[in-house]
Amino acid sequence: MPELEITKIQELIYELRVGDVMHKDVVTVMPSTPVSKLREILRDNRISGTPVVENGRLVGIISVEDFIKWLGEGSPGCAVADRMTRNVIAVCADEPLIQAINKLERLGFGRLPVLKRGTEEVVGILTRGDSIAGLLKKLDVDYRQAETRHARSSHIFEDIVADRSSLIFEYDVAGGSFDRAGASASGLKTSLMRLGINPQTVRRAAIATYEAEMNLMFFTNGGLITAIIESNSIRLEVTDDGPGIENVDQAMRPGFSTAPDWVRELGFGAGMGLHNIKTCADRMRLDSTVGVGTRLAVEIFVGGQT
Amino acid sequence: MKLKDVCKILEAESAWEADWTPSATREVTSCQASDLISDILSFRGPDSLLLTGLTNVQVIRVAELLDFVAICFVRGKRPEPEAVKLAEDKDIPLFATPLLMYEACGRLYAARLPAGTKKEASPIA
Ligand SMILES: Nc1ncnc2c1ncn2[C@@H]1O[C@H](COP(=O)(O)OP(=O)(O)OP(=O)(O)O)[C@@H](O)[C@H]1O
Ligand SMILES: [Mg+2]
Repeated sequence: MPELEITKIQELIYELRVGDVMHKDVVTVMPSTPVSKLREILRDNRISGTPVVENGRLVGIISVEDFIKWLGEGSPGCAVADRMTRNVIAVCADEPLIQAINKLERLGFGRLPVLKRGTEEVVGILTRGDSIAGLLKKLDVDYRQAETRHARSSHIFEDIVADRSSLIFEYDVAGGSFDRAGASASGLKTSLMRLGINPQTVRRAAIATYEAEMNLMFFTNGGLITAIIESNSIRLEVTDDGPGIENVDQAMRPGFSTAPDWVRELGFGAGMGLHNIKTCADRMRLDSTVGVGTRLAVEIFVGGQT
Repeated sequence: MKLKDVCKILEAESAWEADWTPSATREVTSCQASDLISDILSFRGPDSLLLTGLTNVQVIRVAELLDFVAICFVRGKRPEPEAVKLAEDKDIPLFATPLLMYEACGRLYAARLPAGTKKEASPIA
């Protein structure tokens, strides 16, 4: 158990990106800002340093140390440009936090400006405090998420006082939109996981939904997927008013497909979709009338089976 | 086997500019290879690596639905932009190997990465 906990924390550290924990509303100064103004800027914003930005580009960084040094020299009249550090080391927002922490440690800096990758645009600033605070916050969030999930999953149906209860999710599927297809299956999977249904059962429901969704996308002008979740079963109903299937038994046969070449080039059209649905289902029924449409009903038992 | 070891064996690199080092230590317990979506959907992939020549967005979808650890494209193929977008969103690392499918599979098999179970309890078939 302790070992597991550590891996979880390590994973979190590797997962977190600089962008997740940095300060987003960065205070910046311009190269032309008089050094004498720094006191107010640093004090009012309760910061110990700030990036210097010109025309949206990072050109330097100036810190309270620079300011103190300037004071020590008798506060000569000069601008930030004369006192700032020019070769600024920055990090990218999509960089793993762990890398940035290493940089902070190695260089002994108190803060690092954060740039949008491939640009010199400052999108945030990262301080030592942020990185630790971010980590702790994330741990806390995850912990609480796990807690609520647990509470929900085990009780959702038990808490409801009724002779029967069910949750109904509906997904509209558009015909012909290849890039977006699969979103229903993905959404259903996420929702079922949140309900705490066991992952193997969830995967079976997701695969059946996905195959049905792709059939709607390739062979019809769209349709409706309804998922009805009860305490002991997941039922899927997939309906369309597309061209229909001439011979349902033939369509069910592994390898039978009317998919055109362009569909095959995308990796579909093996004629295995309906068969896959059948292997995922505890019960399956396919009804179709040419010129009217198709209706697929699938039932997957929750618990017991897996 | 760690994902980074798999990549070494396959001479694979990130399939786009993403920094994948955070996922380098993810554990890969098996491998599945196919160029047919329906085949892939008959696999049971938790913690599995997917080797494929398909580069469209739906490959990412099925990897998401089956909880694959990562996808490696064979023969130097690169994912389509829509695929990259979805993979980023779902946190699925993408790699590309110059090897052909046969050799990629052969190397992993020789390194004792198992094929993985074909099916979870399937009540009817
Ligand atoms: N909703 C539908 N409306 C009309 N025809 C359909 C529908 N669903 C399936 N079909 C027909 O049934 C055939 C078999 O479907 P199935 O899903 O098994 O295979 P496929 O979609 O052709 O290939 P794969 O699913 O392997 O990519 C299809 O080729 C198509 O002719
Ligand atoms: Mg199909």
